[in-house]
Amino acid sequence: MDKHNCYHCGDNCGSAVIRFEEKDFCCNGCKTVYEIFSSNDLSYYYDIQQNAGAIPKEIEGTYDFLDTTEIIDKLTEFNDGDLQITNLFIPHVHCSSCIWILENLNKLNPFINNSQVDFPKKTVRITYNSNKTSLKAIVNLLARIGYEPNISLDDFDNVKKTTDRSLIYKLGIAGFAFGNIMFLSFPDYLDLSSSNSSGGEFWLNEYKAIFRWLMFTFSLPVVFYAGADYFISAYKGLRSKLLNIDVPIALGILVLFVRSTLEIIFDWGPGFFDSLTGLVFFLLLGKFFQQKTYSFLSFERDYKSYFPIAITRISKTGKEESVQVYEIKKGDRLLIRNQEIIPVDGVLISDSARIDYSFVTGESEPVKKISGDKLFAGGKQVQGATEMEALKSVSQSYLTQLWSNAVFQSDKSTRFQTLTDSIGKRFTIGVLSIAFIAAVFWLYLDPSKAMNVFTAVLIIACPCAIALASPFTLGNMLRIFGRKQFYLKDTQTIEQLARIDTAIFDKTGTITTVQKSTATYEGMPLTAEEESLLKNTLRASNHPLSRSLYDILSEQNISTPDQYDEYLGKGLEASKGTDHMKIGSADFVGNTEPKISLDTAVHIANNNDYKGKYIFHNQYRKGISHVFKAMEETLNLAILSGDNEGEKLRLEALLPKLTPLYFNQKPKDKLNFIASLQEQGKKVMMVGDGLNDAGALAQAEVGIAISENINVFSPACDGILDASKFTELYTYILASKKAIKIIKLSFMLSLAYNIVGLYFAVTGQLEPVIAAILMPLSSISVVGFTTLMTTILGRKLK
Amino acid sequence: MSVIYVLLAISITVALFFFIAFIVSVRSGQYDDSYTPSVRMLFEDELVKPPVGEQQSELNQLKEPK
Repeated sequence: MDKHNCYHCGDNCGSAVIRFEEKDFCCNGCKTVYEIFSSNDLSYYYDIQQNAGAIPKEIEGTYDFLDTTEIIDKLTEFNDGDLQITNLFIPHVHCSSCIWILENLNKLNPFINNSQVDFPKKTVRITYNSNKTSLKAIVNLLARIGYEPNISLDDFDNVKKTTDRSLIYKLGIAGFAFGNIMFLSFPDYLDLSSSNSSGGEFWLNEYKAIFRWLMFTFSLPVVFYAGADYFISAYKGLRSKLLNIDVPIALGILVLFVRSTLEIIFDWGPGFFDSLTGLVFFLLLGKFFQQKTYSFLSFERDYKSYFPIAITRISKTGKEESVQVYEIKKGDRLLIRNQEIIPVDGVLISDSARIDYSFVTGESEPVKKISGDKLFAGGKQVQGATEMEALKSVSQSYLTQLWSNAVFQSDKSTRFQTLTDSIGKRFTIGVLSIAFIAAVFWLYLDPSKAMNVFTAVLIIACPCAIALASPFTLGNMLRIFGRKQFYLKDTQTIEQLARIDTAIFDKTGTITTVQKSTATYEGMPLTAEEESLLKNTLRASNHPLSRSLYDILSEQNISTPDQYDEYLGKGLEASKGTDHMKIGSADFVGNTEPKISLDTAVHIANNNDYKGKYIFHNQYRKGISHVFKAMEETLNLAILSGDNEGEKLRLEALLPKLTPLYFNQKPKDKLNFIASLQEQGKKVMMVGDGLNDAGALAQAEVGIAISENINVFSPACDGILDASKFTELYTYILASKKAIKIIKLSFMLSLAYNIVGLYFAVTGQLEPVIAAILMPLSSISVVGFTTLMTTILGRKLK
Repeated sequence: MSVIYVLLAISITVALFFFIAFIVSVRSGQYDDSYTPSVRMLFEDELVKPPVGEQQSELNQLKEPK
């Protein structure tokens, strides 16, 4: 059989191909989107990029809450009269077709005035006429064409985000002043205005005052605006008794500025304004380079990004109404639709529910709940609609309480001293002692030069190159990792990563894959007819276990069973010919043997004879045991799982001997486990995937979230690693260690330049032109060196 | 030689003009999204299906930025 790929989404159509206008579609949803596009002259969508679409989801009623005025207010940027502007995050945006279709939304809804995509952020900003159309209509339209926006509780208390552009302004000002001052100091470089007596150019001497005061004017915004951060950081460092790298930088800038100003006031010389502005410009350039952000990722997510903004409440009179999640009170009756997330702890009212707690507890299979059972916030309903009664408000729920832990309040970066800062301390002490010794020496020899030498040392030793080494090396590594689908929050994470000695892994979703599970069959062999009936019965069921088992079983001809029944929470019953098959839980099929196994299993009986069971296993990622073996040599390893011990034996076989395994770990336990390791002085990396790991990820020195699809949310962390690159994790850690070596080498290089500079300074021969050459030269060679080395390092990475 | 005042004034005025232009462009958000406009400019204005031609193959090469 030929493989048909869907014309819209590119998925394999499987056996049920839908042909429409000579094109193949995998489902009616995709076909509908195609119809919408082609009937509105938008079929160009398929020419830009093939198979760009996504299967639209069932959205019936999901967005009813968008009728509420309060929620519209929260979600719109601008809301006045009949004009509303909203900015929606659409995770599916991934290619040029997406941009094109979203910017042509007005062809589908004429009341949309304008829509503009921000591709890196995956957002679309829509301006529309709110009298003629509504936010709900637009969101429904987007969902219908497969571009469902993501609206979560996070959007609710969204303070209008203003992008911080101050660094660009500062860089612009420093660059502008730097260029103009270079231009104005040309006469001095060529030594044309030395002095009247030594025979300089007459007219340049006449006008040198105006040149110099112009340079002074240009340098003012550089020192007091562009360089202000260095003074602030140095002051903060000194106040907390830390000599960070910004202390010698701030000292250098200050000395440069004061000495240059004095020089032009008393006409001693032209000053060092060019070096001063150049220094600030290069330093800011380093900062700019270091600031690589993945705007479509967020490293700050908490439960709010998972939770819906509103939920359906059933009022006393039995009417359904949308309410904001924060307004839910104890005793409210809530309607949870299929695939919706339970926002508060509560009690189940409906007969049964099947809740997927995978990202709360790490439990891999959905659990069955019956009326009266307690439901915890964060679970996802996966079986039809259900009703529950709220017991707590959102912020008091079991899961959300985790976020009141102190770990989430403190900023990791303040707890960590970077390599540059630790060098900065020794460097500052060294430079200050050289300056004082040289000054004292000159006081004896020629007191008039002592002050000159003292300031010259501080100027030339200003650690511009040292301060640049780390941002450029790590900034480059950050980009290289990004290309390998290992996204880190900031450059500091690389330094932390290079230092870790302990690695803790979550089990479900981290070292196991989410999609595929394997199953083994235990019991009496099935006949060919039975296998065929089994597969065909499963085909009709939407239960997750049925779906997985269906995918695992070998291909069978399609033949619809004569009779088919599905019993919610129990199993399936089907008959064909003489066979009458029951598939499902042990009780349902009549398995009488005592239930001892912790495994997840599907039991099968034919004509009331118990046949056997399919036992599901977690599928571990490929190459797991290999990676763990390699890591074991340098790191302490452990597994923390929220799951039960069912998989213990298999894990022990896969992992290096004596790897500690901990099961039934609650989110709080994980956090405490990491904290206790840290008390023993360990540097811990936590690798996890779900909300249940959020506490541990925040507590660990480096928290890395594994993600099957980087567009889907992952909890707050320091880095996000694409699941396909899991086996490379250890190579990335080793690469970080090498990056730190590169920084150390660049420190040596820049120290060599400093020694040359110090020679001129100590001997009292530091001319502005020497400073103007030496400082950029050292910076540029350090930047060149680190760029070259990191590129070589990046080539070797897979 | 006092023409130098005029020259300096001109050079600084020109420099300031570009500097202000830079500030204005940053302020208006031009530097916030440096990727999407590069794709947008390649789209055809009209919505009728264009002949399968060169622009298409160019567009096909567009990949997601890393």
